[in-house]
Amino acid sequence: MKAIKYFLSPSILRTTALLLSLIAGGSNMATAATDKPWSNIGRAATSDEIKAWDIDVRADFTGLPAGSGSVSDGNDIWEEKCESCHGVFAESTHVFTPLVGGTTDEDIKTGRVANLNSGTYPHRSTLMKLSKISTLWDYINRAMPWNAPKSLSPDEVYAVTAFMLHLGGIVDEDFVFSNENIAQVQEMLPNRNGMKKFDGMWHVNGTPDVQGDNCMKDCPVETERSSLPDYARDAHGNLAEQSRIIGATRGAVTIRPKTTTLAQTQQIARQITVPGAASATDGQAEADTKPEAKSEAKADPDADAQAKAMAQKFNCLACHGIDTKLVGPSFVEIAKRYAKQNGAEALLVGRVQQGASGTWGPVPMPPNAAVNDVDGKAMVSWILRMAK
Amino acid sequence: MTQNKLQIPGRIQPAPENFLSETDNTRARQARRGFMGKALAMGAGMSATQVIANRAQAAAKGEDAILKLPPHTTGLGQPVAARGYGLPSKWERSLIRRESPGLTRVSASSVSFCPLQGTFGIITPNGLHFERHHQGWWDIDPSQHRLMVHGLVKEARVFTMDDLLRMPATSGIHFIECGANTGMEWATVAVPTVQYSHGMLSCCEFTGVKLSTLLDMCGAQTGKDRFVLAEGADGSSMTRTINMENAMDDVMVAWAMNGEMLRPENGYPLRLVVPGVQGVSWVKYLRRIEVGDQPFYTKDEVLHYVDMMPDGIHRQFTSIQEVKSVITSPSGGQLLLDKGYQNITGLAWSGRGKIKRVDVSVDGGRNWRTARLQAPVLSKALTRFNIDWVWDGGPAILQARAVDETGHVQPKINQLRAVRGTRSIYHNNAIQSWKVVESGEVSNVQVY
Repeated sequence: MKAIKYFLSPSILRTTALLLSLIAGGSNMATAATDKPWSNIGRAATSDEIKAWDIDVRADFTGLPAGSGSVSDGNDIWEEKCESCHGVFAESTHVFTPLVGGTTDEDIKTGRVANLNSGTYPHRSTLMKLSKISTLWDYINRAMPWNAPKSLSPDEVYAVTAFMLHLGGIVDEDFVFSNENIAQVQEMLPNRNGMKKFDGMWHVNGTPDVQGDNCMKDCPVETERSSLPDYARDAHGNLAEQSRIIGATRGAVTIRPKTTTLAQTQQIARQITVPGAASATDGQAEADTKPEAKSEAKADPDADAQAKAMAQKFNCLACHGIDTKLVGPSFVEIAKRYAKQNGAEALLVGRVQQGASGTWGPVPMPPNAAVNDVDGKAMVSWILRMAK
Repeated sequence: MTQNKLQIPGRIQPAPENFLSETDNTRARQARRGFMGKALAMGAGMSATQVIANRAQAAAKGEDAILKLPPHTTGLGQPVAARGYGLPSKWERSLIRRESPGLTRVSASSVSFCPLQGTFGIITPNGLHFERHHQGWWDIDPSQHRLMVHGLVKEARVFTMDDLLRMPATSGIHFIECGANTGMEWATVAVPTVQYSHGMLSCCEFTGVKLSTLLDMCGAQTGKDRFVLAEGADGSSMTRTINMENAMDDVMVAWAMNGEMLRPENGYPLRLVVPGVQGVSWVKYLRRIEVGDQPFYTKDEVLHYVDMMPDGIHRQFTSIQEVKSVITSPSGGQLLLDKGYQNITGLAWSGRGKIKRVDVSVDGGRNWRTARLQAPVLSKALTRFNIDWVWDGGPAILQARAVDETGHVQPKINQLRAVRGTRSIYHNNAIQSWKVVESGEVSNVQVY
C-alpha cells in the first residue's frame, strides 16, 4: 500500500514523465515542469548536512547517538554547568521550574505519579511529568546549558541525564546510562503511563471536549465567584500609563485608591497624561530614554562596544541584563552598588573569574576561567561606568 | 451648533489640563484663583450674576483648542524621512508590549503581552505583536539562513532565502494565540487587564510559500500516519510535531508579516505559520522540516502544552485554539468617562474556521444580544465585533460569547472546569467577564 502511494506521488509522476520525454528524444523536456515550473528550486542536501542538523531523538530512540555516561560524571557536569540555575538537587525554583522532586518508589512501579493526582504537592517537576525518556535526552542535547546550547557531547548528555535520574531516585549512584539500557530506563519512569492522546483538538475536524450553550434570554447564572483582589489592582503597574489618553475610556489610576463616584473618576481621568510626552520633541524615540542608550553614548564608545562584545562572547549577557535583572543582577545595579567602593574593579574581576555566591541572592555565579585579567578589567570598568 | 452643545465641548473637558502634569495643574489652578480673586476685588461693584454672565459669554465664544491657534498650526513641522522607519506618535507610548510581573523569572525565557485594550480592527502592528522566547531572540543574517526538508522524502533539499523568495508566494491573515493565553485565570481571577489576560494573541497578514508546495517538490510522503517535525535555528531549537492534515492544507513557511519581513522577535527571517493551531507550533527561525512516521514527542508536547486533567493525567497533542472572544473595551482596568452611549468592541476567533456570531451580555450572562461583525470575517483570523450599549451608570457585567462556523460555542469557565478541573494551564477559551461599577471603573471578575 505504501509502495503504491509512494509510486503515485506527484514528484515520481513528474520524474517518470521526464524520463519518458527523454526516451522520446528530449524534444519536449520543458513541458514536464511547466505545471510547476518552480520545481527545481533549491538543491539536494548532502548527507553530512543532514547529519549536522538531524539531531532529534524520537520515542523509539531513532536518532539517539551511541554513548554512555555515569551518574558520577553527571554530578561533575552538573556542578559546573547546571547547578547555578537548577540548584544543587535540581529542585530549585529560583530561575526555572524544578526538575526533580515529587516522585516516589511506588510511582516507579505504577508509572503514574501520585502527587499529580492528589494535587497537594506544591510543584510539578519535570520528572513528575516526564513520560518519555527520549524527550529529556533530546532537550538537554539540543538546548542545554541554557547559555551554551549544543555544547555537550553525547556522553555528557547521557551522564547529566543519569545524574538527574539518580536525584529522582530512579537509578542507583553507580548507574551508567547508555543507548544500550535507555529502553529499560523508559520502563522505570515514574510518569510513563501518565499521558494520553486527545485527537479532538489535534484534528481540525475533531470535536472539542467542552461546549458552551446558546441561551439568549433569562439564562441561568450563578453569582460572581472570583474578582481581582484590591492588592492586585496595581500589581502590573499604573494602568493609567498603559492606555491611550483619548477615547471612551482611560486606564485606572491604580497608584491611587479607587474612586467611589463617577464625578471623582472624571476628576481623576482629566489629569491623566502620557509621561514625558509633552516635554519630548516630536520624533523622539522612546528608546532614547533607556539607560542602555545613555551608557553607550558616554565617553569612549569604542571601549564600551568592545566590552559589550566581550560580555556577549563570554556569555555574561545570558544571566545579566544591562538594566534589567535576569538570572543575576543587572549591570546597572552592580555599578550602582560598587561604583564608589575602593578596589571594586579588582574585586569584581576576581568574582568574574572565580565565581561568587550569596552577594545578590541564592543563585550563585559560576566561575569563568576563560576571562583573562585584561578582558576582565575591560568588562568590569565598562559595567562600573553605568553607575551614572 | 447650538450654544448648549458648545458648553459641553468634551466629555471630560480635555484641554488644557491634559497637557500639564499634576503639579502644573495645581499651579495653574492657584494662578487662576489668584486672578479671579483680584478681578473680583477690583470689580467690587460687579455682581455675582454678572461674573456668571461673563463666563457664559466666554464659553459661548468657544474652546481655546479652536480659538487659540497652536504652534503646529502656526509653525514649521518636521521634514520628510526625519525618521527613516516611522514610529508611533509620542502620545501613544503607553501602548506597548509588557511582561506580567512575577510570571517568569528570566526575561530571555518569558513572554510579553500585546496591548489589546488599545488596538483597532483585526491587524496587530508588528511592533506590538506578542513575544514568547524560550532562549532569547536573535537577529539572524538572512543570507546565511538555510531551510532543510528531509526525512521520508524522495530528495532531501536545502533552500536559501533567495530560493524561498523566488517561490510562488501566498498571503493569509491569521491569528496566532499562545496555548497558555488566559492560562493564569484557570483557577481564579489573576490579572487586571485584557493585555495580561488575553494578550498572547496577535493577528497579521503573513506571506510565504505553502509548506505543501515544498513537501511536494521534495517528493515527501504525505499520507496517513505521516507527521512533520519543525525545528528552529536558535539556541532552543524549538521543535513541534505538525499534523500532516494542516501541513497539506494551509501551513505556510513565511518570511513576511504585514507587508515587511518578519521582525527578529517573531522569527526573522523565516517562521512556520500554522493557522488555527497554538503559537508554539509556529516555529521561529525555522531551519528544518522532517517528515516522519510517528509524532516526535518533543519537550513542548510532552512536558509543556499538555492539559492537566483532574485525575492527574496529562492530555497530549491538544493543538487547535478553540472558539473564543473577549471584549477589549470597556475592559478590566479601564475607567468609563460618562454615562450614556458606549460602543462595546472586542475580538473573536476560532482555530477551526470563521466566526459565525458573537453575542454580548451586559447583565452577567442572563440576557444576550447579537453583536455586529465587522468585515472582513476570515477563517482562522481575528474578527472584530461591536455592539451599542447605553450605560445607565449602574453596575453591569459585560461578557462576549463567540460561535464559529462549525457550530462550536465558547464555553463558560465552569463548563471548562467541569471537564478539565482547575489545574490546567493551557487552552482556556472561557467567556471573559468585566464588571462595571458606579464609579466607572471596570475590573476583572469571573461570573458564570
